[in-house]
Amino acid sequence: MKETLHNRRGFLKKSALTTLAGIVGTEIVFAENMPKNHVPLAFDEGLKGKHPDMIVLSDKPWNVETPPHLLDDAVTPIERMFIRNNGLVPEEKIDPKAWSLTIKGESVKAPKTYTLSELKTKFKTYTYQLVLECGGNGRSGFVPQTSGNQWDQGAVSCAEWTGVRLKDILNDVGLKDDAVYIGYYGKDLHPSRDPSKVVISRGVPIKKALEDETLVAWAVNGQELPLMHGFPLRLVIGGWPASVSGKWLHTIAIRNKEHDGAKMDGQSYRVPRQPISPGEKLAETPENFRIIESMPVKSLITSPKSGAMLDLGKTLSLRGHAWAGDLGIKEVQVSIDYGATWQKANVQPPKNRLAWQHWSAQIQLPKKGYYEVWARATDANGVTQPMVIPAWNPGGYLNNACHRIAVKAV
Amino acid sequence: MIKKLLLIICTIGLFVAAVQREQKYGTKPSSTQALADSVDAETGLALDPHFAIVKAQCTGCHSPKLILQHRFTRDEWLSKIRWMQRNHKLWDLGETEKTVLDYLAKHYAPNQTAYSRREALRNVKWYPLEK
Repeated sequence: MKETLHNRRGFLKKSALTTLAGIVGTEIVFAENMPKNHVPLAFDEGLKGKHPDMIVLSDKPWNVETPPHLLDDAVTPIERMFIRNNGLVPEEKIDPKAWSLTIKGESVKAPKTYTLSELKTKFKTYTYQLVLECGGNGRSGFVPQTSGNQWDQGAVSCAEWTGVRLKDILNDVGLKDDAVYIGYYGKDLHPSRDPSKVVISRGVPIKKALEDETLVAWAVNGQELPLMHGFPLRLVIGGWPASVSGKWLHTIAIRNKEHDGAKMDGQSYRVPRQPISPGEKLAETPENFRIIESMPVKSLITSPKSGAMLDLGKTLSLRGHAWAGDLGIKEVQVSIDYGATWQKANVQPPKNRLAWQHWSAQIQLPKKGYYEVWARATDANGVTQPMVIPAWNPGGYLNNACHRIAVKAV
Repeated sequence: MIKKLLLIICTIGLFVAAVQREQKYGTKPSSTQALADSVDAETGLALDPHFAIVKAQCTGCHSPKLILQHRFTRDEWLSKIRWMQRNHKLWDLGETEKTVLDYLAKHYAPNQTAYSRREALRNVKWYPLEK
C-alpha cells in the first residue's frame, strides 16, 4: 500500500494524489506539508478553509501551525490560525440552539445553566483582539528533544473574539468567597473515543478568570466559530498558554482549590520551579513543577518572508508583531549583525490589553552578501527575549528565543 | 618567492600558536567526548586496530588534540590531509591514507548530538524581493 502511495522520500506521489482527489472531490493542496509516509484516509474538518501553506504536525488530533510570513495580518484570519487539539473534534452533530453552558462547582452558591441564546441576550457583548499562543510554541528548538508537537514559531494567533465576559456570568451565578480556580469542560473526544475519558480540562486562577478580557466567545473575526476552533462556544483567555482557552465549552467549574482536571498535573503545561540542566530528570510532583501562567515576551518577523534577495542600496522594510503575556511591550529592536548592534523599531500600541503590538523598521544592508535579521522584544518590566534557546525543561515549553530570517543583498 | 616564504612562515606560526593555545587552555569538553569505548591514555585518541598507524602518521607534527577537537566527514578529513601536504610538508601517506581516513571517519565524524543553542538557518528558499 505504502509503496504505491509514496515516493522514495516518503511524500505522496502525484498518482496517489489524483486518486485521493477523486475520492474527496477536491485537489490535495497540503500533500507537501503532510508528515512523511502518512496515509490520509480522507479530508475532514482539519484543513477545511485553511491556507495551503499551513504546516501539519499531526492529523489525529489535528495540530497545524502557521509559517511566520502568513502571520503578517494585524488580525489573524481564520485560514491562517494555528490549530492545537488535544483530542478529536466532537463527532456528534452540533445544534447551537440546543447548546448550553453550566456553571457549577464547590464555590458557586448554586449551579446555573444558560442556553447559548440566553448568553447572547442576557449579557453585554464585547470584542477583543487576543493573543493565543500554545505553551509549547518553539518546542522544536530544545536540545535534547522533548516529547510533544515539535512546533517551530507558528503556534500563535491574534484574532478578534466576540462574546460575553466570564465575570458578568459569574456575577449572575453568585460565587462563594472561597473561589480559587476555574476549570472548563468541553465536548472534544479522547483519542481512544472512550466517552468516560476527559481529554483536557484546564483553567486559571479566579483572579485571571475575572479579568475584563476573559471571554466566553461564540464568534471570531465577525463570524461564527469554525468547528476546529471550538464551535459553538469556547473560552478565550489571552496571554496565558492557549490550553486554558477551552473549546466546545459546555461546563465551567468554580473550584475552591487549584483545578485538578486532565492536563493540570504532572509536567503538563508546567515548568520546573528550580532551573535544571538540559536533559535532567525530575520527578513529576507539584513540589518540582509549577503551572505556567503569563507567557514570556516574544516577537515575530512577518515580512519579508525568510529568503528575500534585494538589490544592494535598496531599503529593506521589516514588519512583525510583539507580545508579552499579561504585559505590554516596551521596545522592539532589530539586528543584522547577530546582536552586535541593535536598531530600534517603531512599535504601535495594542488595540486592547492582551493584543499583540505591531512593529516596523527600515534597514540598509551595508554590502552584498548573506545576512540574518534578528528581532527582539522587551516587555514592560524590562525583560528581553534571549537570542539563544532559553532554559530547557522536560515539557519543552516557553521557548521565546528571538525569531530571525535570512536575507541577501545582491 | 619571499612573499611565499613569509606566508608559509606565518601559516606555520599560526598553526603552532593554535596548538600552543589549545595546549594551554585545553579543548572544549563537548568536542573531546570519547566516542570510542576506550582511548589511548597518552594521546586521547580512540583505540582500535589502526590506532598505531594513525598515531604515527598524524601526531608527529601536531598535537593529537587537533584531531580530538574536530568532527569532519571523510572528504573533509581528506581535504585537511591535502592541506597539510600542500602547506605543512606532510608526506605522502601512501597505502595508509585509506587506513587513516577510515579511522577518522569512524571515530571523528560530525557529531549529530552536538548541542547548539541556535542552529544555522536551514533550507532557505531564496526569492527576489520586489520593491
